[in-house]
Amino acid sequence: MTPDFVAAVAQVAVVGAGGPLLVGLLRTLKARLVGRRGPRPWQPYADLAKFLRKEAVVSTTTSWVFRVTPYVLVATMLVAALVVPVVVSRPALAFAGNIILLMYLFMLGTFFLALAGLDAGSAFGGMGSSREVAVAALAEPTIVVAIFALALRAGTINLGGVVERFAGDPLLVANPGHLLAFAAFFIVMLAETGRLPVDNPATHLELTMIHEAMVLEYSGHYLALVEWAAGMKLFLFLTLLANLFFPWGVPAEVALVPVALGALALAGKLVVLTAALAVLETSVAKLRLFRVPELLAASFALAVLSVTSVFLVR
Amino acid sequence: MAILAYAVAATGGLAAALLGLAGVLGTAFTVRAPWLLPLGGLEVTLDPLGGFFLALIGAAAVPASIYAMGYAAGERRGVLAYNVFVASMCAVPLAANVLTFLLAWELMSLASYVLVVQSGEREAVRAAWVYALMTHAGLACLLAGMLLLGSWTGSFRFTDWYAAASPLPSWGPGLAFVLLALGFGVKAGVIPLHVWLPLAHPAAPSHVSALMSGVMIKLGVYGLMRVGLDWLGGGPAWWGVAVMLAGTVSAVVGVLYALVEHDLKRLLAFHSIENVGIILIGLGAGMLFYEAGLPALALLGFAAALYHTMNHAAFKALLFLGAGAVLHAAGTRDMERMGGLIKRMPWTAACFMVGSAAIAALPPLNGFVSEWLTFQALLQNLKIDRPEVNLVFALGIAGLALTGGLAMACFVKAFGITFLALPRSEAAARAHEAGRAMRVGMGLLALACVVLGLAPTLVVPALAKIGADVMHVPAPADVGGWLTLNVSGEFASLSTLAVAAALVTALAVPAATLALAGIGRRRRLYETWGCGRLLQTSRMEYTATAFANPFKRVFDFFYRPVTQLDIEVHPESRLFVRRIEYANPTSSIFEDWLYRPALDALHRWARRARGLQSGSANLYLTYILAALLALLVLA
Repeated sequence: MTPDFVAAVAQVAVVGAGGPLLVGLLRTLKARLVGRRGPRPWQPYADLAKFLRKEAVVSTTTSWVFRVTPYVLVATMLVAALVVPVVVSRPALAFAGNIILLMYLFMLGTFFLALAGLDAGSAFGGMGSSREVAVAALAEPTIVVAIFALALRAGTINLGGVVERFAGDPLLVANPGHLLAFAAFFIVMLAETGRLPVDNPATHLELTMIHEAMVLEYSGHYLALVEWAAGMKLFLFLTLLANLFFPWGVPAEVALVPVALGALALAGKLVVLTAALAVLETSVAKLRLFRVPELLAASFALAVLSVTSVFLVR
Repeated sequence: MAILAYAVAATGGLAAALLGLAGVLGTAFTVRAPWLLPLGGLEVTLDPLGGFFLALIGAAAVPASIYAMGYAAGERRGVLAYNVFVASMCAVPLAANVLTFLLAWELMSLASYVLVVQSGEREAVRAAWVYALMTHAGLACLLAGMLLLGSWTGSFRFTDWYAAASPLPSWGPGLAFVLLALGFGVKAGVIPLHVWLPLAHPAAPSHVSALMSGVMIKLGVYGLMRVGLDWLGGGPAWWGVAVMLAGTVSAVVGVLYALVEHDLKRLLAFHSIENVGIILIGLGAGMLFYEAGLPALALLGFAAALYHTMNHAAFKALLFLGAGAVLHAAGTRDMERMGGLIKRMPWTAACFMVGSAAIAALPPLNGFVSEWLTFQALLQNLKIDRPEVNLVFALGIAGLALTGGLAMACFVKAFGITFLALPRSEAAARAHEAGRAMRVGMGLLALACVVLGLAPTLVVPALAKIGADVMHVPAPADVGGWLTLNVSGEFASLSTLAVAAALVTALAVPAATLALAGIGRRRRLYETWGCGRLLQTSRMEYTATAFANPFKRVFDFFYRPVTQLDIEVHPESRLFVRRIEYANPTSSIFEDWLYRPALDALHRWARRARGLQSGSANLYLTYILAALLALLVLA
């Protein structure tokens, strides 16, 4: 049992267990903000357990793509958990392909999920798929350009390298380019994880859905896997935001005490980000679908400005 | 009979692939026949870059020919043209002087023309006409550029140009580069020279489409590599800038056109434009780094371009063969009339899925590896200390990212609408699986997509060696071990093998855990939820048009869609509608703003010139006299 292996297991465990908790925390905070008591933060665990016990109803129209997709989705998130610096700055698969790999891993999940949306042959599924891939495709350039802005300042594109470089030099973080990249990445996070104002995760009206419409046909253990993966995706994106832009407390060495401290620091950062997200989600309305590209264009402009600022202050 | 001819093509392809591989590994030879023809006669030579393209053509010809044994077994037309096509393609990268090159090039164009026109349908004839026009305009550019270079340097052998190019005046190589790049750009389908490609590729039989898209257009890329880096020993920065901008525009515009295209083969043809764009982004990066005196990064960009060239040959050939199988089975190329084919054609669907995932650059398949490499080359552009060049790189980065996202969206559409849900027509409902030979052809290419995805540590060093030979620089020393590919030292590393292993584990462990816990055993089959409607029909499904509609609206400044609504009402009352026709076609900027004005101007001038030809013999005699006098004065 090498320390690296233990760290890998720890990363997967933190992301796997943290995903649903983060979703629950967000729901609780949102409910409190609008004056409801709301569910407890650990409610999603109970939901998942219930879905696992339930019988799955599968449409006769579907093929193996529909049945394989929840597993692929979970697999991409678990592998992504080994690429993102969660509790250590250089996790097990950090060497395997950096942020570009991470982006395309998420795209692998989206690809299968969008196919599954089409597989059942209902109009809602197709609608959700079409919208989801449109949003994902338009968010793509922003992610790369924002990351490029970070990589320019850090001198490496390795995620762990970026974290270590920024943690060692606080002046780099105080740079205005850093804040612009953060804003760009935050908007992209909203789009990629299906939050307001891009998509409303709590909507009950199919015509306004994006993600929920795509997974409408899922039930039972399939739904449990899809929901779990969605929770992990939110966790991973918020962790990226937390650790790339506020890189303190991410241990470079793998030992018990630093990793435990790192987990605590991460928990603190995530709570703050989740609270910000909850405030945002309770204060804005969902955008009309065809206004979403404007939002994404704005985030792209922020990312480009961030890159330009690197040239200016060089 | 036809089967035998295709077997010959497959064997020849295998031999060519092996010979090319030997060339990549360092075997070199030259065969000359100077007495045969003027201008230096025929001369062929094998070098690493030529060997790479020869191997690529041969390796693509094998599965395409095997597939053709099943696909076109009863069809005797086009067999000879097919063999000539493959042979002449193999000759192009071997050609060592102008005459050999142009002969092979023209033979390849003519053979593919015959293959495009052979079905005799109206659409095919028109496509072949546009193709012939464009390819000969390209040939004229090539001829002019090569003859200029030949007369300036005093030699028609390509290897002599490298030494003789430096004493030329600076505009000389520039002019030659522009002419040759235009000529090769037509063949590669670079926007705005692409108009023939989406017409000609779908019109040919599918195994020919696979070769045209998979390897023939790559010979345009081959030419651009030769002229950009090898023959003239590289050029000023604007060459690289031009190549990268052309690549970015081709990539984004190609995929945008593909998104709103619902003819499966035309969709794939537009993706060929996109992928040539991605290759050119890598090549342009290589040229810019080379010009800036950064050979290691130049090799990275060049290797990325070569890798994507190879990958595109694998997955695009696979997708065209898959589309051919669908066309064979459902009798249509219109995606709106397909659907549900995954149940009747499971093998074709699985192969098409691999191809779709590969072209969408999903890890751990081959498209991902080459796009990753291209990104790594682009992301290091700050080592060139020139803001205007950095800006071009930034455009390339954003363009490549957008292309990646849009390509994923487009292949969700291509696979989802074609293979999933309920069949949208009788023909699709009665579709049948492809025959064994066709399945073998597709299976080989699917395997290639997986292997090329998992083996970058083997492939990249070999590609870097080819690049080192072309650019006359030393090959990089350290690119990592068998598991990990290192790029530029500490900058980045890639291990698709590790990613694949992790993905398989992450798939297997949750699935096994659920199975052991007895979860998921209870499953009920029921119809899709339809808001209470009793019967689900294919008319409730999302169509390809609807799927692409968000993109049409977001990029409406580019597509410029026109809504045509035609409602026929009952003569007695407007409240009774008899028929509604709705169309929302898009228009092509390039045809409207570039080709149509150019053609109109040509027609106008031609009409004016008609006055010269009055039919009067006296007038003609005057022309002759005037011409004679002019010549005498000039002499």
